Amino acid sequence: MTGWLQPHRVVMMALALSLLLWSALSLRWDWLADYAPLMVEGIWNTIWILVVTSVLGMVLAIPLGLAQAAGPWYLAAPARAFCTVIRGTPLLLQLWLLYYGLGSLFPQFPWIRQSELWPILRQAWPYAVLALTLSFAGYEGEVMRGAFKGVPRGQLEAAKAMGMPRFTILRRIWLPQAVQRALPTLGGETVLQLKATPLVATITVLDIYAVSSRVRQDTFIVYEPLLLLAVVYMCITGLIVLGFRQLERRVPQRVA
Amino acid sequence: MDSLIAASGLGPALDLLALSPPGWGGNLLRGLVNSIQIALGAFGLGLLIGLLGAYGKLYGGPVIRDLLAVYTTIVRAVPELILILILYYAVTDALNQFLVASGYARIQISGVMAGIAVLGIVQGAYATEVLRGAILAVPAGQIEAARAFGMPPVMLARRITLPAMLAFALPGLANLWLIATKDTALLAVVGFAELTLETRQAAGATKAYFTFFLAAGLLYLLISLVSGQVFGWLERRARRGEPGVGGGGR
Repeated sequence: MTGWLQPHRVVMMALALSLLLWSALSLRWDWLADYAPLMVEGIWNTIWILVVTSVLGMVLAIPLGLAQAAGPWYLAAPARAFCTVIRGTPLLLQLWLLYYGLGSLFPQFPWIRQSELWPILRQAWPYAVLALTLSFAGYEGEVMRGAFKGVPRGQLEAAKAMGMPRFTILRRIWLPQAVQRALPTLGGETVLQLKATPLVATITVLDIYAVSSRVRQDTFIVYEPLLLLAVVYMCITGLIVLGFRQLERRVPQRVA
Repeated sequence: MDSLIAASGLGPALDLLALSPPGWGGNLLRGLVNSIQIALGAFGLGLLIGLLGAYGKLYGGPVIRDLLAVYTTIVRAVPELILILILYYAVTDALNQFLVASGYARIQISGVMAGIAVLGIVQGAYATEVLRGAILAVPAGQIEAARAFGMPPVMLARRITLPAMLAFALPGLANLWLIATKDTALLAVVGFAELTLETRQAAGATKAYFTFFLAAGLLYLLISLVSGQVFGWLERRARRGEPGVGGGGR
């Protein structure tokens, strides 16, 4: 191992660069200008759906994990059942169940149709957000259960001995240490959540994947939109990984 | 029994799920069989790729290592749905161009084979990492001892490394298997008649969305629960004879 720049890496980078040049020069990119505004909108939709569902899912996951790690059985059992069901069925099925199932159920009730919320409920994105949030909560509930259990017992006992109220223990001692332990896993799970977002295109939400499908249908160009799509997702993945690395670095790690 | 069903209000739902044609149960089961077939094939292919990849990453030269790093990084960073589309179109297209160029007729790749190939390549990337970690967890002394006795590499893998790493690899592999069963649902998007697509068609035709989606959810859940049991049994078997660490024996 003599540093990063070894001869074969130079060759590989040259190959990658020439592949990039070849695809830039000999593939068709003339559609790009027409669809640029739509693509920006699609990327924005993908990102806000990712952020909103991850944050809401995390908010749900903390009580789910807490109930399983330390709750009484009448809270632990439903939490465990919820996580098992969410983790045991495909997200696509959950999404379609909510969208087609609830979407066909709601119009049957006149009071829903006349309510203020109806213009929102008629659109697709509430169902996408709901399904992705529940899915993230199910997976993260399991992660948080392990993280809550992994906090050393002595820390909690010390807090109790100091006379801290139970909620303060949770807020000051238990939750921060659990989140710190779970951070590397949470980063990976957020990438998985990003990779789950293109499924919302199947229920007509216009994310970046839906935009590329539309380009494919309009222009009959198959590979170029898909390749660009892969690059976009890799960039967002890179940003997530970098962001979580920053977060992990902010928390002082014990070295030995 | 009949009166009980009628009283519970489940009668119409059960009629819809009947196995013979007015009911759609047969279609769902056919979709389930397709899903399991693809999941098994993809998992097997993924294991094969993963094993080769893990050995390549651990013992291969610098070029092989870097190429494998590129493979696992790209596959794990791009959504499965997009990989399925790219590989589905690209593999079919490339194969047909190759066939036409060498003078054969175009062929239509069956959905099952394409699904297995695509999901297998995706699974292979994850399996590479799982197996690499498991091989690293085998105490180095055991492998060195086998080498010192002059065991050839293949026999060493078969007799020492693979059995010893199995216990470390099984939890990760169990996860991968569950991912494989659930990823088969993505093939619905390219129009392959597995469980989720059959369900959607049945639900669309009868407008009984909840009945069919809940029934399919139950089938998927059943697969998860049964395979959880099977993998638990396999792991206990792989760990037999180990001193009790970390609450291994329940």
